[in-house]
Amino acid sequence: MSKELPGIILMFVLTLALAVPLGKYIARMYSGERSWTDKIFNPVERLFFRLSGIDPHKEMNWKEHMKHMLIINLVWFLSGMLVLMTQQYLPLNPDGNPNMSADLAFNTSISFVVNCNLQHYSGETGLSYLSQLFLMFLQFVSAGTGMAAAALLFNALKTRTTEKLGNFYDYFLKSCTRILLPLSVIVALVLLFNGTPMTFAGKDTITNLQGDTVQVSTGPAAAFIAIKHIGTNGGGFFGANAAHPFENPNYLTNMVLMMAQMIVPFAMIFALGYYLKRKKFAWVVFSVMTIGFLMLVIPNILMETRGNPLSAHMGIDMSKGAMEGKETRFGAAATGFWSIVTTVISTGSVNGMHDSTMPLSGMNELIAMMVNCFYGGCGVGILNFFIFIILAVFISGLMVGRTPEFMGKKIEAREMKIAMIVALLHPLLILAGTALAMALPQYTASTLSNPGFHGFSQALYEYTSSAANNGSGFEGLGDNTPWWNISTGIVLLLSRFLPIIGPVAIAGSLAAKKYTPESAGTLKTDSGTFGLMLFAVIAIVAALSFFPALTLGPIAEFFSLK
Amino acid sequence: MISSIFRALRLTIISLVFFSGVYTLVIYGAAQLAPGKGKGDTIVSNGHRYYTNIGQAFTSDGYFNSRPSAVGYNAAGSGGSNKGPTNAAYLAEVQARIDTFLVHNPGVGKADIPVELVTASGSGLDPDLTVKAATIQVKRIAMQRHISEAALNQLIRRYTAKPMLGPDRVNVLQLNLALDRLQPKL
Repeated sequence: MSKELPGIILMFVLTLALAVPLGKYIARMYSGERSWTDKIFNPVERLFFRLSGIDPHKEMNWKEHMKHMLIINLVWFLSGMLVLMTQQYLPLNPDGNPNMSADLAFNTSISFVVNCNLQHYSGETGLSYLSQLFLMFLQFVSAGTGMAAAALLFNALKTRTTEKLGNFYDYFLKSCTRILLPLSVIVALVLLFNGTPMTFAGKDTITNLQGDTVQVSTGPAAAFIAIKHIGTNGGGFFGANAAHPFENPNYLTNMVLMMAQMIVPFAMIFALGYYLKRKKFAWVVFSVMTIGFLMLVIPNILMETRGNPLSAHMGIDMSKGAMEGKETRFGAAATGFWSIVTTVISTGSVNGMHDSTMPLSGMNELIAMMVNCFYGGCGVGILNFFIFIILAVFISGLMVGRTPEFMGKKIEAREMKIAMIVALLHPLLILAGTALAMALPQYTASTLSNPGFHGFSQALYEYTSSAANNGSGFEGLGDNTPWWNISTGIVLLLSRFLPIIGPVAIAGSLAAKKYTPESAGTLKTDSGTFGLMLFAVIAIVAALSFFPALTLGPIAEFFSLK
Repeated sequence: MISSIFRALRLTIISLVFFSGVYTLVIYGAAQLAPGKGKGDTIVSNGHRYYTNIGQAFTSDGYFNSRPSAVGYNAAGSGGSNKGPTNAAYLAEVQARIDTFLVHNPGVGKADIPVELVTASGSGLDPDLTVKAATIQVKRIAMQRHISEAALNQLIRRYTAKPMLGPDRVNVLQLNLALDRLQPKL
């Protein structure tokens, strides 16, 4: 433990130290200011736009943004289905893996388009290298889509009245080429020099020291794993995800991958501050998120390092903690830390199996995804948080008897309706999905691999992870069945696009309103009081709606631990 | 509308070429400069090639045993047990591992068995043991191989990686290869 805690603190502090300047860079990039990186990227992006016939300077209103976003996402989804269902006939399939079934391809393609990376297959046996590379493409562009929507939000909150909010393709491509790509190259290089494979050779057959013959899956993993974290995607190249010794060979790579998934969501918060010249507001947002994060992560580190009381009853040495589903090279503390980082941010990669974490650790992982905005995914984290900002501004405005205003724009019935719909959609999809799965045991009962309360938690986790576009799982769930593939596929779609369209619609409507400069009567949003208000709104809306479901799963399991 | 779809399709194709193709080739090219040339770190011993980071099943009493694996160290199908902490079948399995360990390691007290030696790893391919999980096996191996316990403890010390951050660990494969060099298999 003595050497494990400094590692965790260092990961967080280093990420923060890098995220502030990166945020500044992102803000300059979205506002179109010149920078030294133009020389490299301008020609590349011009080539993209020339070959696709898109004019990146044509400004769009929010509806046009969303139209183009949906069109190109549909193109990605359909091409994904096509590749996954025909991979057997396509090149780069040295292991001879078969085509995906239609329902699994439906789920997988949606899951990667929406930045979730729920995986109902194992990479070793389920995908050809060509499919892996196609999914890697989706990992770039899905993260870029979320960031483009966030860039629109930044633009809409500027102090002016307009309907023109930049160009979707411009924001999207810049996010991919100028942020995601360079960061991914750095991470991939670190991985390469620590033993992660990057090869197109198929399975290797070796004879073990004891004389058994085993096959070892490899592949072009380093490139994939880098963007999987930078883009907060989280889908593993191999079945065991970042617990696999090829994906995550040592403690150093573990730190780098951890930082890789935190950096863009952190930076986007500061980018908002720099872009709107409201740095203090960005710090209020960051603080609220960090308090929520710490409230979840500290208990998890403690519970995982303490270990399973039921194993302790057997009279063995428990000093390493809850090691079921964990790797020696990371230890329980770093794995407990990762379990919350990956769930507050919508990454969903795992370096230890969440299904085997302690009951209340599992609950915290669930809460992290139920709230889904403590940092959150690339771009979409800010959008989710924006909904809570609107709610908090409205409620506190009413409490002090003033017209609610945010960034000099009045918040009225239309914005509130949209915000409420988006805020309630998340619990609706999770709870209705789980309820359906429980009501139809003929489809689900046999897929739950653990008995009792934990079995219920497995189903709840699957829908929560889908609705949060997270992608981690209580992986014991036998989820490659038409029921799970189709039902979570639908949840994935709704919970990706409505929570993007909703905040963007609010932003578009605010941007078109008259700007009223701040006066003494304006509710200050960059204060600690407002931060507290925000936190209360999040706790009430997000956390409490899920409390009954949590009592049936992880909380009940906790009380059965005696 | 139709023209928007075509433009989106064209942008998709060119981004596909760039992010799946160019980016992949750049990283693939860089891999040729890395140790192992992008094929993973390997150890060659007695003409056999092994992956340093991919754990192997060591079940024989004459070797340092590796941790339990839910997938039997199948490196073409990684995974954990995904058993919940209160699952009765899982707890019975842990108990059975403890009992087996005590049978194979006479003279070792139950309270000294470290939890990591009776729980399955997340990947099913954990290449490492903690120092304690290796040390607890010394008595058994000394008996099996007729080597002094001191020599074995020294071997463990030599192969313990002590990174600046993160837990100390012993690579089981390297340790067992060294064990075979110390005294060729009986």
